[in-house]
Amino acid sequence: MAALIEIEKLTKRFGSFTAVDEVSFTVDRGEVLGFLGPNGAGKSTTMRMLAGFMPPTAGSARICGADVVENPVEAKRSLGFLPEGAPTYPEMSVTGFLRFTASIRGFSGTERDDRVALAMAQTQLEGVRLQPIETLSKGFKRRVGLAQALLHDPPVLVLDEPTDGLDPNQKHEVRELIRRMAPTKAIVISTHILEEVDAVCSRAIIIARGKVIVDAPPRALETEGRTLEQVFRALTLGQEAA
Amino acid sequence: MGGMFRRLGDLLAAGWLMWGPGRNGPLPWHGACVVAKRELAAYFATPVAYVFIVIFLVLAGALTFTLGGFFARGQADLMPFFSFVPWLFLFLVPALTMRLWAEERRHGTIELLLTLPLPQWQAVVGKFLAAWVFCGIALALTFPLWITVNVLGDPDNGVVLTGYLGCLMIAGAYLAVGAAVSAGTKNQVIAFVLAVAICFVFAAAGSPVITEFLSTRLPVLAEVARGLSVADRFGGFTRGVISLRDLVYFGSFIGFWLFVNAVVLDLKKAD
Repeated sequence: MAALIEIEKLTKRFGSFTAVDEVSFTVDRGEVLGFLGPNGAGKSTTMRMLAGFMPPTAGSARICGADVVENPVEAKRSLGFLPEGAPTYPEMSVTGFLRFTASIRGFSGTERDDRVALAMAQTQLEGVRLQPIETLSKGFKRRVGLAQALLHDPPVLVLDEPTDGLDPNQKHEVRELIRRMAPTKAIVISTHILEEVDAVCSRAIIIARGKVIVDAPPRALETEGRTLEQVFRALTLGQEAA
Repeated sequence: MGGMFRRLGDLLAAGWLMWGPGRNGPLPWHGACVVAKRELAAYFATPVAYVFIVIFLVLAGALTFTLGGFFARGQADLMPFFSFVPWLFLFLVPALTMRLWAEERRHGTIELLLTLPLPQWQAVVGKFLAAWVFCGIALALTFPLWITVNVLGDPDNGVVLTGYLGCLMIAGAYLAVGAAVSAGTKNQVIAFVLAVAICFVFAAAGSPVITEFLSTRLPVLAEVARGLSVADRFGGFTRGVISLRDLVYFGSFIGFWLFVNAVVLDLKKAD
């Protein structure tokens, strides 16, 4: 059985600028991949291509064996995606928004309502279920985006900064949630919080200037008494100096 | 180029699924309907719907009774109303469509919508349908005019009905143009101005000024201009004639611009 996420020499160029340069990796069931890198390194672009939003200039990405360009609907069915900034329709209520995504995913009737309820329970949204999303705080908005990604219990989760804007308690909750789901899914999260990588990820990829420069378990990076932060700074700053 | 053909393939497949035999499981148009429903609800969740409808009704009423000479004509029909609708829609419809994709881009929800498991054409068609139904609602709310002519005289209600159908066709044509333009820019002002300009070209193409100018110099182009004119086609409807040619014209006009919409969306996704 092939890995749930397979990325091969994925490349994105904007004009003469290469945002993502031949990135390759695979993520298996049970793995949580932490996607690290300075701002503008190509994290979000890679995730957008993986989610089938941006067509790659070259290379390919497959989710559960379905190519995101050749067979986009099939690939997207197996994917839960939290885009950068957790966009949602501001005028909709939390329930209305989750029902909308559930309907598009083909759920109806009580099954749809059950899934919406479960996703809201997992992300602690019950208290605000009827509020318009635009009236919610940043942390709640982020969790609405997360609920939308989890709703259909997908085998693959791609989360772009899932804990950005959450308070420490909420961060803890989301990490627990990711840890609970990890054994049955392939998960990719991008983050700027290095301690998060230690806390939830089984593997870390550091990307700079569109290239993968490290792909290893976080423990392996911390050898020789260096913290992950020191490793990160050494690798990404070194790259810029070069 | 490859993307273009795939898009065309999608459209053909959609047509086949819609009329063909394979109707098991969720309907192939399911995604488009869900998008349309959400979009329509969004109009009414914001002041957009109310402002649009009120302004449309006020202007339509005012123009019909003043410039249109509704009473002075002494004829029981809705001609004065129908003659202003294309010009009202010329400005109001682009105001409706300018936010269609631009707003999705601004909120970033375009990334969400296009990573949900629905073919892209369904998102395009869904948004268009919502706007079209909305225009239908606005048109339906002009019913007091229809009641008025029926109280005052004895109009041919068949002609009234085809006139309304014609208005709906005009709305559809302008909406398709506006939606395609909106897909190409983040800026709502640009989307509005460009849509008005393009719609104006199609509205004015058949007007005597243009065709006479062309027929003295380039008679071939005059025929083309008349053939492409939205207003010319609309005229038939207001006289009570529904011809297959006009329906095919509006159908392919809308289809073409929705296709452009999908292609532009693909090209501009990156920014």
